Amino acid sequence: MIPGSFDYHRPSTIDEAIGLLASHVGDALILAGGHSLIPMMKLRMATPEHLIDIQDIYDLSAISIGADQIDIGATVTQAQLIHSEELADCCPILRETSLQIADPQIRNLGTIGGNVANGDPGNDMPAIMQLLDADYVLQGPDGTRTVKARAYYEAAYFTARSENEILTSIRFAKPPAGHGSSYHKQKRKIGDYATAAAAVMLEVSNGSCTSASIAMTNLADTPLWAEAAANALIGSALDADAIAAAVAAARAITNPASDGRGPAEYRTHLAGIMVKRAIETAHARAG
Amino acid sequence: MSKTHVKMTINGDEVEALAEPRTLLIHFLREELGLTGPHIGCDTSHCGACTIDLDGKSVKSCTIFVGQAQNAEITTIEGIAHPDGTLHALQEAFRQHHGLQCGFCTPGMITRAYRLLQENPNPTEEEIRYGISGNLCRCTGYQNIVKAIQVAAEELSVKEAAQ
Repeated sequence: MIPGSFDYHRPSTIDEAIGLLASHVGDALILAGGHSLIPMMKLRMATPEHLIDIQDIYDLSAISIGADQIDIGATVTQAQLIHSEELADCCPILRETSLQIADPQIRNLGTIGGNVANGDPGNDMPAIMQLLDADYVLQGPDGTRTVKARAYYEAAYFTARSENEILTSIRFAKPPAGHGSSYHKQKRKIGDYATAAAAVMLEVSNGSCTSASIAMTNLADTPLWAEAAANALIGSALDADAIAAAVAAARAITNPASDGRGPAEYRTHLAGIMVKRAIETAHARAG
Repeated sequence: MSKTHVKMTINGDEVEALAEPRTLLIHFLREELGLTGPHIGCDTSHCGACTIDLDGKSVKSCTIFVGQAQNAEITTIEGIAHPDGTLHALQEAFRQHHGLQCGFCTPGMITRAYRLLQENPNPTEEEIRYGISGNLCRCTGYQNIVKAIQVAAEELSVKEAAQ
């Protein structure tokens, strides 16, 4: 499969990349790791006339962990997320999730920016960003703005990013020490997208759940933040009744496609099981 | 659409060429340079037959444009054996332990295992299986592939200890 022809650009600064994007609006696409875009180009589902490769923009490639905030550059690869001990100490769900994306070769090139930016409902990181209430930093010719991950996804492949903007980084509050988290993903084989997946982050104090967040992957045409499901846990002892209430609330907001990964009813059923297992694992890890 | 000038080091040799930007690295290696060791299997980044080593990382060369590899250091299966032509411990172990049946996945398997053993010189069986999870063998000969990698790992650590 041979992609259509294009001109290749390799800017070394963000301003240069934004300038290139502005001069070819509608005809240019950003290339980071390429592991979503190149397959689309081979299928001629994407036929950009200009490709802007951002791998040389040094500012986009760092993981910065501050006292209260974590900032991850758009071109940080899944392999980098896995190998950062500091990140695994304060926000272990990023390593746990990255290890469930694709395979080692792909994780060496696939980036977090690409994973969250393009709006593919099969991607795993968008749900994690719902979970963490992350902000996406978008930079365009008019400057920089931030969009909440929870407000970014409009429909499959439709997002709040304008064609002339680049997603440059992802920011979120450092999770509290002692939190427990987990990402459970059911897939047909290694490398597959989720049939259903759920992420949970919670805190427990004196046996009672004091905060909770739940999100799900590939169960609708956008990632799902399951606010009501999380609320069913807060104040509970994370007992069977509370978990059943959270599972029911999570299932209620799913709207999966019936496809090669199974009929919609099956995937909704599985979503509940993923939520239950993720709550139980996060609970065991809390404290 | 203009051609781009590309320059990279492949198996120790500097290579310079003009290529259409849409040229995938696997096509550049196979068709421009005649390095037909890396194979085109699925052409969709699933099977790993096209695996090469790029700047110290295993990657799938069917999903990289040639321009992305500008200035990269690349090793393909052709560059794995020792300069005097004797086989690398992995190649020898695949031969001794029947780590291949039809052989189509073998260049990708060995190139991936070559990097895996540098990332983790003493992997457990499970670590090997996860480490090669991006490489598919349609003969399903995984048992002997894993065994060959285990033997090579032992061989290499014995050599390392002797030095």
